[in-house]
Amino acid sequence: MSLLLDAVTLLLVSAGVLFFAAGTLGLLRLPDPLTRIHALTKADNVGLALIVLGLLPQAGSVMAGVKMIAVWALAQIASGAVSQVLAEAATLEAQIEATAREKRP
Amino acid sequence: MADLLFAAGALVLLICGAGLAALWRGEGDIDRMLAFQLLGSGAIAVLLLIAPAMSEPALLDAALLTALLAALAACAYRAALGGRTPPAPDAPERQP
Repeated sequence: MSLLLDAVTLLLVSAGVLFFAAGTLGLLRLPDPLTRIHALTKADNVGLALIVLGLLPQAGSVMAGVKMIAVWALAQIASGAVSQVLAEAATLEAQIEATAREKRP
Repeated sequence: MADLLFAAGALVLLICGAGLAALWRGEGDIDRMLAFQLLGSGAIAVLLLIAPAMSEPALLDAALLTALLAALAACAYRAALGGRTPPAPDAPERQP
């Protein structure tokens, strides 16, 4: 039984790490800040969710498992808010650059 | 099993290192903040991975705190940009 749990953990954790790699690839390759925000928050959250799912059978006690899910829930909510905040900052920054470029002759 | 979790944690750290390349090459501040957010969620993943490996539940609290601080950093960055809220999304022909 514990072998099965270890196999499940290994599978899910490696899938999570794969999604992290996809998020980083998105961050490095995508041209526009807004698409990067989208790629980063989505891929990282799925990666984190898979890692937490994979680690649940390894958690020492039920409390540790609940705390892992709490960490994932906070990261989920935080990244939703962070992507909105950073998207607004990106459009604001583009706007500032546009006005600065207009002032220069 | 513990060393496999350590290996996965090391892999996530490597991925965060690759993400830092975006920080080093970052064109604008927004790209640096994004690389920082990647580092934040990568740190959460590493802390979560090595917590059962070292059977140290205190690391879960560190992961919780890292999640909180990463979110606050983004909000601080937005606050530093000043109170101007961008106008309603007009036609997107204005490419930066």
